[in-house]
Amino acid sequence: MQAASERGSRAQRVARHWRINLWLTALLLATWFGVTFIVTFFGRELDGVFFGWPFSFWVAAQGALIVYVALVWAYSRAMNRIDRDCGLAEDD
Amino acid sequence: MAQGSDAAFRRRLVRVYLGCTAGFIAFVIGVALLERLGLPRRGIGLLFLLATVSLYAGIGIVSRTTDADEYYVAGRRVPAIFNGMATGADWMSAASFIGLAGTLYLQGYGGLAYVMGWTGGYCLVALLLAPYLRKFGQYTIPDFLGERYGGHLPRLIGVAAAILCSFVYLVAQIYGVGLITSQLTGLDFVLGIFLGLGGILLCSFLGGMRAVTWTQVAQYIILVLAYLVPVVWLAVKQTGVPVPQAIYGQQLAKISEREQQLLHDPKEIEVTAAFKARAEMDAAKLKDVPKALLADRAAAQTLVERLKASEAPLAQIQAADKAAASLPKNEAQAREAWTRSQAANEARAKPLAGMPLHAQQFAGDPNGSAAERKAFDSSRRNFLALVFCLMFGTAALPHILVRSYTTPSVREARESVAWSIFFISVLYITAPALAVLVKFEVFNSLVGLPFDRLPAWIANWSKIDPGLVSVTDINLDGVLQLGELRIGGDLIVLATPEIAGLPYVISGMVAAGGLAAALSTADGLLLTISNALGHDLYHKVIDQEASAARRVTISKVLLLIAALAAAAVAAQRPADILFLVSAAFSLAASAFFPALVLGIFWSRANKWGAALGMVSGLGLAIYYMVRNETWLRGVFGVSAPVDLWFDITPISAGAFGVPLGFAVIVVTSLVTPASSAELRSMTRRLRYPQQG
Repeated sequence: MQAASERGSRAQRVARHWRINLWLTALLLATWFGVTFIVTFFGRELDGVFFGWPFSFWVAAQGALIVYVALVWAYSRAMNRIDRDCGLAEDD
Repeated sequence: MAQGSDAAFRRRLVRVYLGCTAGFIAFVIGVALLERLGLPRRGIGLLFLLATVSLYAGIGIVSRTTDADEYYVAGRRVPAIFNGMATGADWMSAASFIGLAGTLYLQGYGGLAYVMGWTGGYCLVALLLAPYLRKFGQYTIPDFLGERYGGHLPRLIGVAAAILCSFVYLVAQIYGVGLITSQLTGLDFVLGIFLGLGGILLCSFLGGMRAVTWTQVAQYIILVLAYLVPVVWLAVKQTGVPVPQAIYGQQLAKISEREQQLLHDPKEIEVTAAFKARAEMDAAKLKDVPKALLADRAAAQTLVERLKASEAPLAQIQAADKAAASLPKNEAQAREAWTRSQAANEARAKPLAGMPLHAQQFAGDPNGSAAERKAFDSSRRNFLALVFCLMFGTAALPHILVRSYTTPSVREARESVAWSIFFISVLYITAPALAVLVKFEVFNSLVGLPFDRLPAWIANWSKIDPGLVSVTDINLDGVLQLGELRIGGDLIVLATPEIAGLPYVISGMVAAGGLAAALSTADGLLLTISNALGHDLYHKVIDQEASAARRVTISKVLLLIAALAAAAVAAQRPADILFLVSAAFSLAASAFFPALVLGIFWSRANKWGAALGMVSGLGLAIYYMVRNETWLRGVFGVSAPVDLWFDITPISAGAFGVPLGFAVIVVTSLVTPASSAELRSMTRRLRYPQQG
């Protein structure tokens, strides 16, 4: 791992950290929005059978929940890594 | 709990809670054996109540504290996974545990708005709030508003809004505690409330957040076991596979087939026609109330006399006498009673007992007539608006957000939300399965039974509260049709063990799970209320010099007062408690969400913007509810006509409050001077974990 000082000044690292954070947040929120509101909006149309369930029923009852857990988990993993890369983790 | 190194502390926690789990399982097996030996139901209920409450009380007493950090935020050393479980118990209230599966049973797809809303909200908590609140690292949510925006105004608005949302919610939990306690033990409802209150106070009074956190972890374990066991059992019984979440799709397909059969069943059509005829009779009576009342009295009198003259059995004569005596006393009463009866009969004059097709998304038909298209659009819009309000409300309820403060680090705050949503989803993925399996059981094993062979649970529960379940043979064919069975949503979870034919010990365990859900949420809410008053109002506004010990003592006294006030309100059995709980989400979302998120992501947001935005968002949500919700209209004497915007129901008032809150904060902040450089740099420091 590089020393923090080799990755730019602290102000630069803070700006980069925030920029990545915002992009990641936007990306994950877009997924959240799509699964929640777009799929539900077209619920009647997305009615094909999916492993025995009507697809949009399955999404609202299970699929969306699985995506939510994955999103939160992915954010936590990614951010903890980005903190370290930018030298801004709590123990840096 | 333990001092010493971090790793040893964690290992000890794992050991303690594995012990708790094993102990609970052993206890359930022990009670099951006692049931075999003839322990009566009352005894089983009492054993479950005493055992679980003394476990919580024990943890509460061991965790007692007077230290401010320990009392307000559990010393900020709750590891992510345990904080996740505690958040799960904090979050899942009596409404989630008891009510959700019932709503899904009654509404089918429509109920999934709650499943999505109450889990998806955690995405917002995780991405927009939790890590930043942890970095901020103070004690309460109004605290954040006060420090971030500067000055007492945003803090005080935050205190008022936090108390408004939390108190309403708390009353509902204590009501639930009273209901379950009195059902478990057969005690009077009010006595049940105060017994439950004792349980709540034992956890929170002595040890604040520290005690509440460690009891909530135990409560999560108990409530999730209690929820899963009967569903798994039911799934094995119906399909042979012990994973209800994976296999209920096939049961759903069977339900959809059965629904088509029932829709065309001549006996079911007979039942709906009979209810329709009754509703029309009520309507006819309402046209000329005085005349109809006279006619009813005369008819009742004639019947009694005829029975007496023909020397009918005494029971019949007594029944007729009773019916005559229970006729409305005057016109006003008659009008009210018949209006109610007309509405009830009309509701039951619908096919499938008024339940929509279980798997059908939204009402109406997008390709049908103009009215059907309108019904479809409005139903879809309301579904989405409800999901929106529940999600943003989840990400704004102070008793959930405050749990971000209790983890040791920003890193663990993020992980803690991931664990929270995982633990919560375990229950929420199971609830729709439970609803489908119970519906399958009702459709296939119950409907079509002769009345004299109905299972005992129907009579038992209908004795406790006819609103939970009632049967009437309206077409007098001696066989139960679906239309003749009325089920209240709260019955489903509590009666599942009996519907599935499981031993009573499982019923006791389910009730103990419901109690855990209600107690844990009540504790979290109680702390939020008393800390908003004790920390934000007393310490930060009234007496800034107060010592830490004095602040904790004041908070404890306020906690006692808040608990007693909520119990007093709950003892009145407020009618529309479920509406109030759902309303809390819209209120919290409108009041807090915009101010919290902009406070983190937009350093230009200032004190005036936040204060005005919170007041206007909350104000709009309250206005919309009071103007349009039947019960609130009555309470506040609103006579202006109902005015729904875009057909959105009053419960989803947050769909208007949240956008207004955002808009007002942005506009007001831009036209007033920016916050001080110091506040703005504090905002920027929230955005990375490293100190400094």
